[in-house]
Amino acid sequence: MIDAPLLQLRGVTKRFLGVTALDGVDFAVRAGEIHALLGENGAGKSTLIKVLTGVYLADGGVLTLAGRPLHPASPKDAEQAGISTVYQEVNLIPALSVAENIALGRQPTKFGLIDWRAIRRHAREALARLEIDCDVNAELGSLSVALQQMVAIARALDLRAKLLVLDEPTASLDEKEVAELFKVMRRLRAEGMGVVFVTHFLDQVYAVSDRITVLRNGQLVGEFATAELPRLALVGKMLGREVKDEAGRTAAAPEGTGNPVTAPLLEARGLTRSGAIQPINLTLRRGEVTGLAGLLGSGRTETARLLFGIDAADAGEIHFKGARVEFGSPRDAVQLGLAFCSEDRKTEGIMPNLSVRENLIFALQAKRGAWRTLSRAEQGKLCDHYIAVLRIKTPDADTPIKNLSGGNQQKVLLARWLATQPELIILDEPTRGIDIGAKAEIEQLIAGLRADGLAVLLISSEIEEIVRNCTRVLVLRERRLAGEVPAAELTPERLMRMMAEAHA
Amino acid sequence: MKAFAKSSLGWLCAGLALLVVYNVWHHPDFIKITLHDGHLYGVPVDIFTQGSRTMLLALGMTLVIATGGVDLSVGSVVAIAGAVCALLLNAGHGLVVTITAALGVGALAGVVNGVLVARLALQPIVATLILMVAGRGIAQLICDGQVIVIANRKFDFLANGFIAGIPVAPLLVAGLFLATNVFVRRTAAGLFVEAVGDNETASRFAGLAAARVKGLAYVFCGACAGLAGVLWAANIRAADANRAGENAELDAIFAVVVGGTALTGGRFSILGSFLGALLIQTLATTMYFRGVPPAVAPVPKALVIILVSLLQSEKVRHWAAGLGRSRKAAA
Repeated sequence: MIDAPLLQLRGVTKRFLGVTALDGVDFAVRAGEIHALLGENGAGKSTLIKVLTGVYLADGGVLTLAGRPLHPASPKDAEQAGISTVYQEVNLIPALSVAENIALGRQPTKFGLIDWRAIRRHAREALARLEIDCDVNAELGSLSVALQQMVAIARALDLRAKLLVLDEPTASLDEKEVAELFKVMRRLRAEGMGVVFVTHFLDQVYAVSDRITVLRNGQLVGEFATAELPRLALVGKMLGREVKDEAGRTAAAPEGTGNPVTAPLLEARGLTRSGAIQPINLTLRRGEVTGLAGLLGSGRTETARLLFGIDAADAGEIHFKGARVEFGSPRDAVQLGLAFCSEDRKTEGIMPNLSVRENLIFALQAKRGAWRTLSRAEQGKLCDHYIAVLRIKTPDADTPIKNLSGGNQQKVLLARWLATQPELIILDEPTRGIDIGAKAEIEQLIAGLRADGLAVLLISSEIEEIVRNCTRVLVLRERRLAGEVPAAELTPERLMRMMAEAHA
Repeated sequence: MKAFAKSSLGWLCAGLALLVVYNVWHHPDFIKITLHDGHLYGVPVDIFTQGSRTMLLALGMTLVIATGGVDLSVGSVVAIAGAVCALLLNAGHGLVVTITAALGVGALAGVVNGVLVARLALQPIVATLILMVAGRGIAQLICDGQVIVIANRKFDFLANGFIAGIPVAPLLVAGLFLATNVFVRRTAAGLFVEAVGDNETASRFAGLAAARVKGLAYVFCGACAGLAGVLWAANIRAADANRAGENAELDAIFAVVVGGTALTGGRFSILGSFLGALLIQTLATTMYFRGVPPAVAPVPKALVIILVSLLQSEKVRHWAAGLGRSRKAAA
């Protein structure tokens, strides 16, 4: 048993109300390795981490740590067993000092009083181990996010941890800070610790990890040595597609794309927001479905939010119908004829307790203002029309929208925007979490919108969906525009290649 | 009938009816209304007259709570508005100027609350707590620490006058309830308020100026409190910076919540708030009739409040239904 793993999970299963989030997953981390855990949305990464750290109790399977069985019933249990976790958002207390944060919950005491001197000494030692230079008396909130993250790691390591779990630690760090973090990770690896690294950034996976475990839809795809797995193959495994090295179109993309002469409807130049998207240029035209493709965290939704005025851009300009516009809020964008169907139906889309009718007419009514009220008859006509056209399954228009299935909620939200008769509609993951029948109907609808002369911006993590529906695709990679693929060259392989490539 | 029993309004009406039956049991005269010199008199008329101020506060509070907020400052705004009335009337100004000024002061307080909550994103409880505390001080400042007596026959009419045999204050308040209800349900204002309360992010992403809607709810609530302050001062014929509107915000919040508007925001019921305020006043009058000393009065009031809240709770009703079923099964 030379290579007995430090951490071993066998057949771990976790279900939530009939939904299987983890289905018999095996996962092993050896001592002295950095192990990347990868997968797209819904793959089961966070569930796996939560089972590991005692947040969730597994419904089935065996966990062992350093040869001993592990049953973490709470995060504290897991910590005591030797598993330390640092989450994406630093969950320390900004108002306390660095030393206090490191000691929090396990303060050394002397005669029943807190031994402040010991606390500061421990903190200095913990930071010195990571070679971090930082005043332990400083208030945590006054430090940069990167330093706070280091403090969080120092706190985690203070527990004589055997395994360190880093859950998307780099999401809010810049390149230099990421390099610092990697240095610390490598040092810990040299000390014989096992490090689990969750990230969306492929460059980082290849820069620092030794092994990769890929999950998809709650199942194990496989474990690979990083050096032996080409990027393209990795992306293929994450997305669940075998990569065939053949050119040419596999799916029939929409026809009628040969009209590049139409004037652009919306043009963005150098649009950027720090931490969201690097400067990006894009042009959207009437009668085109422009796809925005990329892996999770590549900046797709962030770009859409900038275009719709939800977030303010740091720099760059938007031109709409040739005139420069400033969107200070979604309201400004809606007034000009934009529409944005958010990927997060629940928190950004529906008003759950309001009726289908109220949800459906809401954007149009908001556009008209409080005084120009749509009469009941007009509202009824709109509802009847869209319920019939989009085949929304609802007992009647006055049912609370929360009682509808996800697909039907999505159709109501689409109807909400179509009722405003937009000129440009942004669809962010319009088919996520809805059944196949509804999916096909929504794709049909997209084709219909294009035929009607709308400009459509389609964001999707499903490559097939992009290829099937788009007339042109922009590929984002790690918050940058990686390139553009015209309709004639649109194949899943081509897109995946662009999504996977390393930065030049 | 079944839907009525399920709705919280149904339980509210049941509670109200129970209270009236209890009173009539002890005092058959409780529901007697007499016509005297062409004016209506009787306990029910008194309940409406005395309850008019809480009703008015509950009206404004309804829209604020529907946006997911709360306004703790209305009691203090009542005191400020009363002080403004005393100041202006005693300086010889007319009724129109006085009432307009009191309404304006109330609306201004609402603007302050609205800006703090909607623009600066302060927690509504904290934001309105500021004016709740500071407002008493402002009223004291205007009154110079004294209780100022108002001796003005026209002003008195607001509290004790009759129009077509009906007391002025309840008439005024009923009119405002009706007008507000028509406004929010005939225009899209009600939909906007409910949408903001139900899911603010979604309403904003759908193109609504959510902050403006929230802010305006506070302005409306402030104006209602200003008018309530006018009625209060007219009723006690004085401006009392300390006692006017004391704990009135709590009664108003209770009236709204019992009326079926959830503190989490969303759906609201103006009729429900009206009935809720009516329940509170009926309770107060009941205790007066039963001779409960004012110092002890909060205890039975709390008991009734708990009872009504429990009757409205889904969980309790579910549990009670289960109890009935299991008993049947045992038999």
